[in-house]
This record gives sequence, C-alpha cells and structure tokens, in this order.
Amino acid sequence: MTTLRMKNPAAARQPARFNWLKIAVFVLCLLPLARAAWIVLSGDAVNPVEFITRSTGTWTLSFLLITLAISPLRQLSGWGWPLRLRRMLGLYAFFYGSLHLSTYVWLDQFFDWPGMLHDIIKRPFITVGFAAMLLMTPLAITSTQGWMKRLKRNWGKLHQLVYPVALLGVLHYWWLVKKDLTQPMFYAVVLAVLLGWRLYRRLRRSS
Amino acid sequence: MLIKKPADIQPSEITPEGVYFNRRQFMLGSAGLLLSGETLAALASKKSPLSTSDKPNSLKDISSYNNFYEFGTDKSEPAMYAGSLKTRPWNVVVDGEVGKPRSFGIEELLKQPLEERIYRLRCVEGWSMVIPWIGFPLSSLLKQVAPNSRAKYVAFETLQRPSEMPGQRSRVLDWPYREGLRMDEAMHPLTILAVGLYNDVLPNQNGAPIRLVVPWKYGFKSIKSIVRIHLQEQMPATSWNMANAHEYGFYSNVNPEVDHPRWSQASERRIGEFLKRKTLMFNGYGDQVASLYRGMDLRKNF
Repeated sequence: MTTLRMKNPAAARQPARFNWLKIAVFVLCLLPLARAAWIVLSGDAVNPVEFITRSTGTWTLSFLLITLAISPLRQLSGWGWPLRLRRMLGLYAFFYGSLHLSTYVWLDQFFDWPGMLHDIIKRPFITVGFAAMLLMTPLAITSTQGWMKRLKRNWGKLHQLVYPVALLGVLHYWWLVKKDLTQPMFYAVVLAVLLGWRLYRRLRRSS
Repeated sequence: MLIKKPADIQPSEITPEGVYFNRRQFMLGSAGLLLSGETLAALASKKSPLSTSDKPNSLKDISSYNNFYEFGTDKSEPAMYAGSLKTRPWNVVVDGEVGKPRSFGIEELLKQPLEERIYRLRCVEGWSMVIPWIGFPLSSLLKQVAPNSRAKYVAFETLQRPSEMPGQRSRVLDWPYREGLRMDEAMHPLTILAVGLYNDVLPNQNGAPIRLVVPWKYGFKSIKSIVRIHLQEQMPATSWNMANAHEYGFYSNVNPEVDHPRWSQASERRIGEFLKRKTLMFNGYGDQVASLYRGMDLRKNF
C-alpha cells in the first residue's frame, strides 16, 4: 500500500473524493428500509408482515437491476465512477434479499421448518425465490478484495451467477402474483433490456 | 369458542378508533350532503345471535385494506379511488326463474329489518378479519320474488361503469364481476346482503351500497356493489373461475385441507395479530353449513 502511494500521490486524494460518493449512495440505499420502518411503526400498514415482505422483495429486485445497469451505463457514457459503486449496490441487493427471506422465515412462517420445506418443494414461486437467494450468497461472500485476488479469473465466472439470480428473482415475482402482472412485467422488461444489451455487445464483438 | 391471544400492541391501535370514526363520519356526512342533499343517518340494527364473539377489526383496517379490482389491484387503491362511485340512485334487478321479477331501489333495501352480523372473513390470500356487517338475509329478498322450481342457482353481477370504476378500464378481469351460489347456499340464514358496516352505510371500497356476504366462503365470493341477481337453472360463470379455473373453483369454501396451488390454506393471519392461526373448516361455520355439502368430494368441488 505505502509503495503504491509513493508511486502515485494522486491516488491518495482520489479515494477520498469517491468516499463521499460512496457514503452518499450508502445512505441513499438505506432509505427504502427507513421508509418501510416508518410506515410499519406509524401503523399505516394494515397487514405489516405482507407489507414488509413486499417492499423488501421489490427492493431486492430493484437493487439487482440497478447493479446490472452499472456496466451498460459505463459502456454508454464512458464514465468510470459507477463501477466503484457496483459492489455496494450488489451487496444491498443481498441485504434486502436477506431481510426478505428473514421476514418469510420469522414473521410469516414463524420458524415452521417442515412447513417451509414443504413450501420450497411444492410451490414453484418459493422454489425459485429460495434458489435465487442461495445463488446470491456466494456472491456476497466473495465480494471482498481478498476473494477477488484468491479466485482470480474464476471470480468473474462465479459472479456471472448474478444473471440467473436476477432471472429467478423476476420469475419468483411473476409466479406469485394473483392476476395483475403489471409490476413483475416492469421488472421483466428492464431485465430483458439489460441482458439484451449484453447479448448485443457480445454478438457485435464476435462478428 | 373464543381463543384469547396475548394483547400485542397492534399498529392499527395507534390511531384511536374514536378519532378515526369522527373523521370518517364527518367525511361521509359531507359527501352525502353534497350528493343527495340529506345527511346519512346511522343504520339502526338488531344484534344477531349468529354473530361471532371474536373482536372486530377497526373500521380503519376494514376500509383501508380491500380487494376490489374495479378500483385497482393494490389493496390500498379501493380506498383511494372508490370515492368516484355514485351509489345513488341505485337499483338491484332480481329476475330469471322467479314468479315476480322486479327491481329494488336502494332506499327500499335499506328499510328491510336490519341486523348486525359480526362475521369472520377469510381471504383466499391467507389473511382474515372480523367485520361487523349490517344487513339482512338474502333469503328474505329472494322470497319476495317467488323463485320457481327451476331456480337452482343464483348469479350476481357488480356494476360496470368504467367512468367511475377506474380499474375496469384495464382488463385484469372480464367485467362485470360475476359470482354465484347454489340455491340452498343462497337461502342459508348465514348468507346476507350487507348495506352497512359499524352502524353506518358501507364505505364505497367495501362494496357500497349493497354487497353479498357468505362467511364460510373465501372473500371473493362475497360480491360487491350488486346491480343484478339472476336466478337460473345452470351453474353460473364466476369471475375468478373464468380467470383461472385451476385456482378458483365455483364453491370456494374455506378449506384448510385444499391448498391454493401457490400457497397453503392451512393457516391465516388475522389482521392485527402477530402469529398466524389455524384456518378452520368452512371458516369455523361448519356446524351450520357442513350439511350443505354432505356426500360431495370437496377436493373436486373446491
């Protein structure tokens, strides 16, 4: 570290500038949680458990899509700074996903393990939601610099799991809705655009 | 049987009910003045022995958490948008296999001898409430039109007026909303037409001015804002059955043993309670209604 700093004195200043951006985004990402807490504590949610489940679920999907939007944003704009936020945004997706899963396990099922196992096996929307959470876990664990160095090129391969995670997440939402598909459709369209952009670039590069 | 739960501090209790009532009555009162030039008097009713002893949910819970797709598919939307529905004048046509078909004006229906029926309501989505309805037995209305021997089923229809029901501008369901009962279910003493709630007229989002309440069936059977009641020989088409026959049968009796394909029906969350409770067969009304289904396979006829 010290050697790096001596070689490039600008590097010492640069992280400080980006820290402010990171702190601002970090706080911004907590707003959905603060809003949900406010609504529940003020008694505005008639069915608080359903409300918490819904809002943590939709924010998990939103953060997944925001994370997936970073690369296209960088490629289209040429900006470098969004990339520095990607890990944090991805971890926020995992954070809201964990809250979502805990709400199900604790507030909804109240640790009824046989009941949940039955749900996971029998109900496809729960199966895919659970699978998405499982696949997201190694990504969260290996998000550190240390793991990046240890896994080298495999790190990138492993983190391509974010694509099935997002697909399963959207499917999870799609399958749980009773009739009005407007909202899951919104997430599906955004995901299709983000994945479509990647496919387009890959095809263009290979031709 | 009354199962007492430890008293959690319920979020719904943070706003005192009295405060909410006053505001609501003031608003309903002023709306009534504007629309009809008269104040809406509280509905006088007799207490019914058919009421449950469970503690009713607050008016706020009952009137702010609704499934009424005519006003939007989110549960908060009916309370937001149902204000545009004009409930006067209002007529309910009762016809079909009857000796004396006719139309009933809402004023006449409000003059029926009214009872308070505190019923449990179980939604197919897995939540439940306790609601103090004001209404009268559907049978007393049907008797007035003299059903004939071909009247095997009763079909109901909700108002279709997209200008006042914004949800009807999208085709989430095939409008108008339709529901149906078998004749013996319709004539059962527990089956009522509700015109009020908590001693006042129904809030629009709860199905004003008149709705069906069938407490042993999932909530969606209890069709709202009724304009037509048609007696017929054939089993009527019903909205949720038409939308997804695999998930919503004609009978739709509350049955903890028959899961909705995507979720278990074994338990439910009573609004205002923290822990889920076990769902009772026929929503706890089995003693009164199980005989209607004797000999039927309730897995097939779900």
